[in-house]
Amino acid sequence: MNAINFPANQPPDRISASIVPKMTARNIDVFYGAKQAIRNVSIDFSREHVTAFIGPSGCGKSTILRCFNRMNDTIEGARVTGEIRLDGVDITSPALDVVQLRARVGMVFQKPNPFPKSIYENIAYGPRIHGLAASRADLDGVVESALRRAGLWDEVKDRLKDSGTTLSGGQQQRLCIARAIAVDPEVILMDEPCSALDPVATAKIEELIDDLRGRYAIVIVTHNMQQAARVSQRTAFFHNGAMVEYGETSMIFTNPVQARTKDYITGRYG
Amino acid sequence: MSPARPLLREPTDWSAAALRVRLARRHRSERLFRLAGLGALLLAGLFLAFLLFTIIRDGASGFRHSEVAVTVTFDPQSVRSGDYVGLMQRSARALPVAGDVVSEGAWVALREAVAADPALVGQTRTMWVPARSSIDLLAKGKFDLAQPALSRGVSDADVAAWRALAAAGRLRQGFNLDFLTGSASTSPELAGIWGAALGSLLTLAITIAIAFPVGVFAAIYLQEFAPRNRWTDLIEVSINNLAAVPSIIFGLLGLAVFLNFAGLPRSAPLVGGLTLALMTLPVIVIAARAAIGAVSPGVRDAALAVGASRLQTVFDHVLPQALPGILTGTIIGMARALGETAPLLLIGMRAFVADVPHGLAAPATVLPVQIFLWSDDAQRGFIEKTSAAIIVLLLVLVLLNSLAIVLRNHFERRA
Ligand SMILES: Nc1ncnc2c1ncn2[C@@H]1O[C@H](COP(=O)(O)OP(=O)(O)OP(=O)(O)O)[C@@H](O)[C@H]1O
Ligand SMILES: [Mg+2]
Repeated sequence: MNAINFPANQPPDRISASIVPKMTARNIDVFYGAKQAIRNVSIDFSREHVTAFIGPSGCGKSTILRCFNRMNDTIEGARVTGEIRLDGVDITSPALDVVQLRARVGMVFQKPNPFPKSIYENIAYGPRIHGLAASRADLDGVVESALRRAGLWDEVKDRLKDSGTTLSGGQQQRLCIARAIAVDPEVILMDEPCSALDPVATAKIEELIDDLRGRYAIVIVTHNMQQAARVSQRTAFFHNGAMVEYGETSMIFTNPVQARTKDYITGRYG
Repeated sequence: MSPARPLLREPTDWSAAALRVRLARRHRSERLFRLAGLGALLLAGLFLAFLLFTIIRDGASGFRHSEVAVTVTFDPQSVRSGDYVGLMQRSARALPVAGDVVSEGAWVALREAVAADPALVGQTRTMWVPARSSIDLLAKGKFDLAQPALSRGVSDADVAAWRALAAAGRLRQGFNLDFLTGSASTSPELAGIWGAALGSLLTLAITIAIAFPVGVFAAIYLQEFAPRNRWTDLIEVSINNLAAVPSIIFGLLGLAVFLNFAGLPRSAPLVGGLTLALMTLPVIVIAARAAIGAVSPGVRDAALAVGASRLQTVFDHVLPQALPGILTGTIIGMARALGETAPLLLIGMRAFVADVPHGLAAPATVLPVQIFLWSDDAQRGFIEKTSAAIIVLLLVLVLLNSLAIVLRNHFERRA
């Protein structure tokens, strides 16, 4: 297992040395109680590229993703060691204010989870608690632009007062993305955002991810190889808690270095 | 692959006799179960109907009372000296019957009449005043007159007086407002439940003011903030056990802590409310924890992920969603507190209080204790008062439970 020497454990700067990474993680271990779920993972990602995490179920993709906005803090018994930096600032210290961190690092979950409140309130909640809107009109503007960027505005502009839970699954997921971008984060973490959606809704969200690239550093966990190939420029393959390979998406899918990566993407296991 | 074992079994023959028997047996047991369920429902309904029937039969007459027409001359002398008791006695003696037929408290009606209309002074009027309890009961047909005088519970003299009054047209029945506006009394015809109802209201106000916030905050802390360790486990077990402790134990606790140790006044709504709050607290904590625990974790994650603090997550998202469940649990706890008697007896709320309570620290009684006291009274006239008070208590309970449903639906729709 640990016999493999990952080329990817060198920071992936070899791919694009000129790019300044948004987040850097070094030597991350995650434990649930006594069980180790992530082993010595180091990875960087930037705004310029969408990064996809792939790997078989249970390999730790969600776990490593939750390290970047410290959502593992909310899990009883979870312990994270290692160093994670956002713009060069360590975010793992207990003294760090997770509230501010999570405003800068947004998250979209696998299951759409709108608040059981109005569509408007779903979007307005984040900006309001962070004091991002000075007035009611300001807030209206924030809500509209977030919904527009999520490609949902035309569908919901006449029913902003309806409950977010009355939307279809795909609309709910785009509402959740709009909610995440309404607080204007720098990083967006998406954990299998399309796993509950039909191809049309999936296509919309993939388009959206492509639009958001460059402005936000986006990390997306997916089980769908085509999706990873379509939306990402960087792909990391995880297996059994370790990062086996990380590199340009086109390289990973056409010419992987590791045999196990090849086995996985060609569907031989996983 | 070993070729010995066939991969597929023989296709199932669904029309085989054995399968048909199984099917028939399944249908039969389903029918039996339904019948048993229906039977249980019928039995429960029967008990309820019986309970309501007997209470309403005995209690309906408690809302009516008999009045006697008395000719009263409001002489200025009596009015000026305020001697309405004497005035009433003199006027009653002039009635064409032997013995007492008007209530001991009938004079109050005279005083109120003069207060309402001072021009009455010097005039002679026919006043309808409450009849004495035995006359009232005779008029309502509560006695079996075929029985000998000794065993029927009413004297021959009273029967004769009632017949004479009725023959003279000086007896009528009316709505008994005194029952709704009065307080405890030694005379059944004057006794009312307003004092007890007000006592219940004050007591419950104290109970809810303490048990609701304390219970909800304890539940929030335990469910959302407390670390899971042996101490919180211990607290959880203790709370669950407290909810099952007989209420009389809480009465003993209230007696020891609030009366003997803290020196608070006996018989007061304050102490009653505190005691019932102790009793209701675990119920509210358990209901609130269940409601908070049932809020989907997705909502918590969503709030935390947009950068809400834990406090904001709880108050902006978890609590609004849990509110219907919390309110339902609270109102059920309150309904239980409203019907509670035993712990209140221990802290002295069984005292005879002939007036409405004048504050949280003043002596008071509550509806269920009043019912208990009346049911224990030797006087025949209190039987119908007991049932009538039960009707009032049940109505308040129905009101409270309807409120629970309305509130729950309201908040569920909003959520
Ligand atoms: N809250 C938890 N408590 C204990 N163990 C957990 C917890 N969450 C995850 N694990 C374990 O950690 C490992 C990694 O889980 P994780 O959810 O990160 O996998 P994943 O790659 O996201 O899988 P999937 O693709 O199925 O979502 C698994 O073995 C899982 O059993
Ligand atoms: Mg996962």
